[in-house]
Amino acid sequence: MSSPTVSRAIPGAPAPAQRPSRRIGRLRDVALLPALILLVIIGAFLSPSFLTYPNLVSILGASAALAILVLAESLIILVGKFDLSLESTCGFAPAIGAMLVLPVASQGFGTGWPTWLAMFTVLVIGGVIGLLNGFMVVKLRLNAFIVTLAMLIVLRGMLVGVTKGGTLFDMPDAFFVLATTTILGLPLSVWIAGAAFALAGAILKYHRIGRALYAIGGNAPAARAAGIAVERITWGVFILGGVLAGFAGLIITGYVGAINANQGNGMIFTVFAAAVIGGISLDGGRGTMLGALSGVLLLGVVQNLLTLAQVPSFWIQAIYGVIILGSLMAARLTSGDTRG
Amino acid sequence: MAAAPPLVEAAGIAKRYGPTVALQDARIRVLPGETHALVGRNGAGKSTLVGILTGLIAADAGEVRFAGEPAPPLSDRAAWRERVACVYQHSTIIPDLSIAENLFIGCQPLRRGFIDWRRLRRDSATVLERWGVAVAPEMRAGDLTVEARQMVEIARSLSRGARFIILDEPTAQLDGEEIKRLFARMRELQAAGITFLFISHHLQEVYEICQTVTVMRDARHIVSAPVADLPKGLLIEAMTGEANSVGLIDAASRPRRPDAAAAVLRVEGLAGQDFAEVSLTVTAGEVVGLAGATSSGRTGVAETIAGLKPASAGTVALGGRALPPGDVRAAIAAGIGCVPKSRHAEGLVLGLSVGENATMTIGDRLGPLGFQRPKVKQAAGEQMIQSLGIVTQGTEQPVSGLSGGNQQKVVMARALASDPRLLVLIDPTAGVDVKSKQALLGHVDTSRQQGKAVIISSSEIEDLRICDRVEVMLHGRIVASHAAGWTEAALIAAMEGLSPE
Repeated sequence: MSSPTVSRAIPGAPAPAQRPSRRIGRLRDVALLPALILLVIIGAFLSPSFLTYPNLVSILGASAALAILVLAESLIILVGKFDLSLESTCGFAPAIGAMLVLPVASQGFGTGWPTWLAMFTVLVIGGVIGLLNGFMVVKLRLNAFIVTLAMLIVLRGMLVGVTKGGTLFDMPDAFFVLATTTILGLPLSVWIAGAAFALAGAILKYHRIGRALYAIGGNAPAARAAGIAVERITWGVFILGGVLAGFAGLIITGYVGAINANQGNGMIFTVFAAAVIGGISLDGGRGTMLGALSGVLLLGVVQNLLTLAQVPSFWIQAIYGVIILGSLMAARLTSGDTRG
Repeated sequence: MAAAPPLVEAAGIAKRYGPTVALQDARIRVLPGETHALVGRNGAGKSTLVGILTGLIAADAGEVRFAGEPAPPLSDRAAWRERVACVYQHSTIIPDLSIAENLFIGCQPLRRGFIDWRRLRRDSATVLERWGVAVAPEMRAGDLTVEARQMVEIARSLSRGARFIILDEPTAQLDGEEIKRLFARMRELQAAGITFLFISHHLQEVYEICQTVTVMRDARHIVSAPVADLPKGLLIEAMTGEANSVGLIDAASRPRRPDAAAAVLRVEGLAGQDFAEVSLTVTAGEVVGLAGATSSGRTGVAETIAGLKPASAGTVALGGRALPPGDVRAAIAAGIGCVPKSRHAEGLVLGLSVGENATMTIGDRLGPLGFQRPKVKQAAGEQMIQSLGIVTQGTEQPVSGLSGGNQQKVVMARALASDPRLLVLIDPTAGVDVKSKQALLGHVDTSRQQGKAVIISSSEIEDLRICDRVEVMLHGRIVASHAAGWTEAALIAAMEGLSPE
């Protein structure tokens, strides 16, 4: 009926472009793979110890906590919100947990809670912080950026306050179990982080709540009009984010072997960088777990390389920042996306 | 008259986006001082042509001339602004700035390098007065009505020297009185020598305000003629490429419904933000229209029934069971499907796929425990595409890539996905071309035959023809009820609050 050149105006035409469009969707997920491979090659030339098994395991181990935080932040960004306070939560929550166990002599509260209960409390504290953030963002409709920035400062201050700026030692071994236990050569934390990403990825793709995150982030009023419980789910994501941040705090505690008043300080920048490099759109509604994970690994490798290359430690921060900026630009170019 | 060169002339314009041909040998000649209509179905290439005429899109081939002179280079925005301006459907006003600031945005009068606020206010008052826009320059621009906003945008374009103004569906968001005032202003400006290119889906308006019409179809120029030489039938034929395709469904042609049918929806004493004391009953297989101007409250009533808005009083009962107010989930679970007022605001998540959007209301019915089995989801999406005739590359295509008509069909699919007992459709054919309109109303008819109850909230005569009964709203109340077979004049009179003669 119409001119043959107007391909989209032919009703009932077969769907020739369906395959490619799907393939492009997957391509975007692995857009960072070339960069990652390139870094590994550079690393192999740079240092003979880079491509060794112990070093690779240490990269993964060092990335596990970041991975969990990025997972949490990615879910929150997907619904179109922010949570900056995650970095404080991952210091504050385990510190309180530890102090519930420790005697007064070791700077604890002297309450002497059983270890398992205290560790569970770490997650509960994370959840409560998420609940508060969610209340202010979802119910009071305050801006997520400023609310969670304030929460970041409050929690950081409370951590310094309760620990009097000191460092907590002497926790029961269970506090370090995530880092010290190895299964099949990999730390428990790495297995858990991997499993968490797999589970989150599956839920985002195949569960209605996962799909709802995309709908809410893409257009919240439209999601609401389609019967999605926008407020409840958004709030839930904040709570989950807090719980995960508490868990990430336990991983950090395991690796460091102590909790100091600075735990998690400055991490939120790296968390956002990894998520965005990994293709999570700050506008919400777009991005995948596979992408976020590759963002984490990329930054993990970079961090490791900087150490191996014996970059003077005073300069590591600056170079790391420059590399993140470069990766952001590269990620934009490789994904060929003009949005978000 | 033949001596004057056309004010704007575009010839041989071609534009491709990848494999999609947006324009091919498109052309248009607008004579000075005329009001020229540009019509065509969604996707016919109107927006691309407007983009090229305003210098925002680079054509692959062809030439644009203004008053015989070649168009300035695309980078010279100032030169383009002097020649042509476009008032888009979506506001380009910055809501939190004053009207004065909006008028002179980017070219504020300066004194010693700083903004001269006193002159800015004085100049803007002059501009508003000269073009007869009765608003205060210090007012916050976001508080303007759509009508006043359009007038401010027109005044802004005129103040920058443009004497050729493109109006992109200016009447889409206006009600009857406002449209009349807009047309009166357009006539005044036309008399003052301003030339308009007028884009609208409402052909009646083309006959009312325009002297010449250019029709586009499938990315091409079809015909340009004085409106007097192109009666409505021919115009529609030129737009659709088919003769006699205007056959929209009219409820008056089907047998009258028996009154005894079971009531599906019973609304009693409903009140909300902009309406009160609304009671109505819809039975199975019945289509009820809610007619009225944009501000009549008809949208609020429909949204409240669908759970999109809370009610301040009254009840909505579906099949005898009262629904909790303001709860979309409960409404969907009870069996209400809704096409919201704006597909961009509430109807679609543009970045997500056709399949995802079409199954959004049934996220929990695609597998066990809330998990969605890819096969089931794919099948549901494909079935929707089929039954609604959505032209798409497949379930995976993002809806942002569809034409307006097909996007609206996806919204309809979303409403129908849950197999509702009651359909609530708000402006279901807004901004949709003639053929998609027919298709969408066809689905309403199918739903009716399946025994679904339907409410259509609209001010479009064509949407309301399909209704067994039309309830007319004015200032938040139902003021009249017309059974099928009403005359257009009577219905419009009731909607405008005029007593029928």
